[in-house]
Amino acid sequence: MKITKETVEYVAHLGRLELDPQEIDLYTLQIDSILQYMDSLNALDTDGVEPTSHPVPVQCVMRDDAQKASFTSEESVGNAPERIDTFFKVPPIIEVEE
Amino acid sequence: MNDILNLTIRQLREMLKKKEISSMELTNYYLGRIRKYDGEILSYLRTTEDHALKMAGQADERISRGEDAPLLGIPLGMKDILCTKGIETTCASNILKGFVPPYDATVIKRLKEAGFVHLGKLNMDEFAMGSSTENSAFQTTKNPWDTTRIPGGSSGGSAAAVASGLCAGALGTDTGGSIRQPASLCGVVGIKPTYGRVSRYGLVAFASSLDQIGTFTRSISDCATMLGVIAGHDPMDSTSITAPVEDYHSFLGKDIKGLKIGIPAEYIIEGMEPDVKRNFEESLQVFKDQGAELVDVTLPHTQYAVATYYIIGTAEASSNLARYDGVKYGLRERGKDIIDMYKKTRFKGFGKEVKRRIILGTYVLSSGYYDAYYRKAGKVRTLIRQDFDNAFRLCDMIATPVSPSTAFKAGERLEDPLTMYLSDIFTIPVNLAGLPGISIPGGFDSQGLPIGLQIIGKPLDEGRILQAAYVFESEKKVRVIPDKYRS
Repeated sequence: MKITKETVEYVAHLGRLELDPQEIDLYTLQIDSILQYMDSLNALDTDGVEPTSHPVPVQCVMRDDAQKASFTSEESVGNAPERIDTFFKVPPIIEVEE
Repeated sequence: MNDILNLTIRQLREMLKKKEISSMELTNYYLGRIRKYDGEILSYLRTTEDHALKMAGQADERISRGEDAPLLGIPLGMKDILCTKGIETTCASNILKGFVPPYDATVIKRLKEAGFVHLGKLNMDEFAMGSSTENSAFQTTKNPWDTTRIPGGSSGGSAAAVASGLCAGALGTDTGGSIRQPASLCGVVGIKPTYGRVSRYGLVAFASSLDQIGTFTRSISDCATMLGVIAGHDPMDSTSITAPVEDYHSFLGKDIKGLKIGIPAEYIIEGMEPDVKRNFEESLQVFKDQGAELVDVTLPHTQYAVATYYIIGTAEASSNLARYDGVKYGLRERGKDIIDMYKKTRFKGFGKEVKRRIILGTYVLSSGYYDAYYRKAGKVRTLIRQDFDNAFRLCDMIATPVSPSTAFKAGERLEDPLTMYLSDIFTIPVNLAGLPGISIPGGFDSQGLPIGLQIIGKPLDEGRILQAAYVFESEKKVRVIPDKYRS
């Protein structure tokens, strides 16, 4: 086995996904076989090969630092499932200790 | 009115100009067809009838003022991954249900300037992850040539709508074959342009170094028309190419005498359907008869492309999909704290395939595995790119099959993700190398299912691909709409 149930659970936590027990079992099996397939890449000697992260050469694009029209705050938060005025509403992030 | 389906967009534009038909009539014609046939095909997630009629009215006004634009008054459908201002955009996912973008994707803006009429949003695999459109959270689109079969994916809604005459053309997106494979399986023309040729601004990101927007049409002429509208530099996309856009129509009608077409031996694989192989050989003969020279080329790292793609693609996806957190848009589930809220929202909002890819992508990027998977895949990607560079020293373009099989039965590969991934083996290398590729109708198998032909070009060589494709289309004259949907 390339991957265990515990690893799948841990990686799901890193990816902020809750999984039910059946999903953990299924994904462990499926991802294990996919990773075994991916190991075929190890047959290739890639020493000294530069990795490609982009298919075309990408340069840092600059623009003038000029003021332009942008989304209004109403447009920006318009899709929020919960909001207060023009703010996103979220559960407490920092707990206050009494 | 049924002749309309046989006319190119250019011919329709002539009729509109001469007032032989109005955009309102044309739009109502397509809306009527959608009402008649889409209950069976299920290609549209939602039609935008009110918008369409309003846009048609505006187009007719512009036409009466004597205005001219390449798509003025032409009704089109859009894959539901493209942001449309004021129109719900879901990526066929529960997590984005109800999301109404406050802006248009650049391609939508360009289509509007060119005068198009928006018929509606087309079905897809959730977040474009899949090869059958069965991963849509909302409905499974049917293949118009055999409704027990899948239309391909991820842009299956776009392909099926064009193939059954439910729009004059459509936009889709292609990350590993998501335009070319469904175009092949539904027997229509689908192009994935060079990476950076079409702006990705407003395209909901799946794998940013691979994603590209392209078109679905019933003819090469329409492909040239639509691509000419959406291509071009956009300051809103930092990977957008600044090179000027060629006049694609100027390539149509030129002969292909002396053109060198490379044939890679690696694309004739074991397990390929015999009809697909036979059709490919017949297609090559068409080019030969028209004076092209067939050249043997080799792309030796082809067998590593699928593994490379599913490492890079899932890694980029796991990062891009981090934005669905229940805060800014879409679904939110309650949790005991913020992390729990994220987890429950994503548990409920994402489908099986999307979760599988997030886990895989997170794993290959995680500490301890990054070098073994992600970095290794980046290096193999370089080798795959170099394969194409070397091949293009010997030829002008490359011809291959699009998919090893014709459309498969619904449900057949759903429980076996690896087999599903392998169905993209001929299309994936093109995305890894950022090249333009087109799928054009090549003929049919013994069951009457469409088979596509892929032409792969050098970077920014869309014009010459269309030149060869147009010669092929004129010679082979492959039927593009099933008779059943012609009435």
